[in-house]
Amino acid sequence: MSGLYGILWQEFVVFKRKFVATSISFLISPVLYLVAFGWGLGSGVEIGGVSYMAYIIPGIIGMSTMMTSFNNTANTINISRIFYKTFEDYMISPINMTVYALGKIISGAFYGIYSATLIIIMVSIFTNDLVITPYFIVIALLNCFVFSALGFLIGLLVNSHSDMAKFTSFVITPMSFLCGTFFPIDKMPEVLKWIIYLLPLTHTNLALRTTGESSQQMALHAGILVAYLVVLFVLGARHCKTVE
Amino acid sequence: MLEIIDLTKKYKNLTAVDALNLTIADGEFFGLLGPNGAGKTTTVRMISTLTPKTSGDIVIGGESIDRNLISIKAKIGVVPQQNNLENEMSAWENLEVHGMLYKMPKEKRRQKIDEMLEFTELTERRDDLTKNFSGGMKRKLMIARALLHEPELLLLDEPTVGLDAAARRKMWDLLKRLKSKGLTVLLTTHYIEEAEILCDRVGLIDKGKLLRLDAPANLIEEVGKVTVEYFADGETHEEFFPTREKANEYAGSLEGDVRIRPSNLEDVFLKFTNRRVES
Repeated sequence: MSGLYGILWQEFVVFKRKFVATSISFLISPVLYLVAFGWGLGSGVEIGGVSYMAYIIPGIIGMSTMMTSFNNTANTINISRIFYKTFEDYMISPINMTVYALGKIISGAFYGIYSATLIIIMVSIFTNDLVITPYFIVIALLNCFVFSALGFLIGLLVNSHSDMAKFTSFVITPMSFLCGTFFPIDKMPEVLKWIIYLLPLTHTNLALRTTGESSQQMALHAGILVAYLVVLFVLGARHCKTVE
Repeated sequence: MLEIIDLTKKYKNLTAVDALNLTIADGEFFGLLGPNGAGKTTTVRMISTLTPKTSGDIVIGGESIDRNLISIKAKIGVVPQQNNLENEMSAWENLEVHGMLYKMPKEKRRQKIDEMLEFTELTERRDDLTKNFSGGMKRKLMIARALLHEPELLLLDEPTVGLDAAARRKMWDLLKRLKSKGLTVLLTTHYIEEAEILCDRVGLIDKGKLLRLDAPANLIEEVGKVTVEYFADGETHEEFFPTREKANEYAGSLEGDVRIRPSNLEDVFLKFTNRRVES
C-alpha cells in the first residue's frame, strides 16, 4: 500500500500547491453555464414540471465531474509520458502497474469530486432546487471514477497533445451537450437516442435527476456506470504494462 | 553483478542494439562510450525495464529480468538523460515520493533522504521547488533519488550532457565520491574525458555493436600511447605510435602543422570506426 499512498500523496502535494488556481478554474465553466442557460435562456422555461434551473443543475454537475476527472487524469498521464517523462519514474519503480493505474484514477476522480463539491456549495447559496440523496452521491462518485479511468486509458493511448485535444473535441464535448445535460434525450431522433443511451454520461444525468424512475431503472444506471468503470480500468491497467 | 547476454533491440528497419554481450563485476564503474545514436540509451532503457528487449537476456545479481521484474526493479537505480523530476514539488518531496514507491519504511526513508541530500550537497535547497533548480542541481537530485533505495546497480545515462564545464566538473567530483563507495555503476557517455577519468573499464559502442572492451589505459596502449596529428590535403590526420621516440621520428618526416600529444579514447574510437565519438 506504500506505493499507492506515495502516488496519492504526490498528487495531494501538487493539489495543495495549486489550490486557489485549481478551485477558481473548476468554478468558471459551471458558473457560465448556470448564468447563460439557467438564468439567461432558461428563465421562465419548465421541463417535466420543474424550473429549467432545477433541471440543469444536476446536468452541470454530471458534465463538470466528467470534464474535470477526464481532463485531469488524461492530461497528467499524457504530459508526464510525452513531455515531463515523470511517467518513466513510475515505470522503473517496483510498484505494480495496476496499483499505479488505481492511484492515478483515484487522484483524477478526486478532482471531479472536489469540483462537484464546489458547485454544490455554490448553487446551494442561490437556490434550494438541488436535492442531494445518497444515490445522487454514489452516481456522482461513479461518474468521476468512470471518466478518470477513461482519461487514464486515453492519456496512455494518445501520443501527442494535439490528438488529446481532438479526442476531447470528438468525444467529450459532444457527450457534454447530447447526453441530457441541457435538455431531455427524448427530444432527440430515435436512432441518435439509442446511441446516446449507450454513453455513460447519459446514465449519470438520468440518475442524478431520478424523477419518476423505478428502482430497477435507478439500479440500471448505476450498473452501467460500474460496467464502464470496470472495463476502462482493466483496459487502462493492461495497457499501462505494455506502454513504452 | 550485471550480465548482458546477446542483448538485441530491433525496431522496424533498425537494429539499435545488436547482440550485446557484457559482464560488469560488483563494485565496478563501467562506461559505455559511443557517439549519439550508438545504442547506449537503448541499452540502459532495456536494463532499467523501460524498453522491452527483442532477444537476449539481462541478469542482475543472478536474477533474469524475464522472470523477476518487480524484484529486479528494486535492485536498480536509474538516472535518465532527461530531467524527470516533479517540478511542482521540492527536492525533499521528490525524494519522499520515491522512497514510498520503493516501499522504504518511514524512519529509514527520512534518514536516507537527509543522507542523500548531504551527499549531493543539496541540503540547503531541500525545501525549494525543483523547477527553480539549475540543470546541474536537477541532475544531482536525480542521482540522490536513484541512490535513495540503496540499489545494487546504478545506471547513469549521459549524466553530464547539457551541463556547462563548471557543472560538469562538480558532477565528476560527485561521481568520484560515488565510485569510492564501491557501488556497481554503468555509465553511458559520449565525453571522452568523462570515460577516462571515471571508468575502471570502457566498452566502445557504435551502431549497436560493442567494438572493444577494456580498461581505458589498455585500450589506449593497444592503439598507441602517442598520437601525431597533422594537417594535410585539407583535413586533419592522426597516426598512432607506441613510444614518443617513434612519434618524433615520424613527425620529423612531415611538413606543416604537426602536433604530438598523448593518445586518448577518442583516438581509440577513431582507429576502430573511422568516426569520432564527440562529433
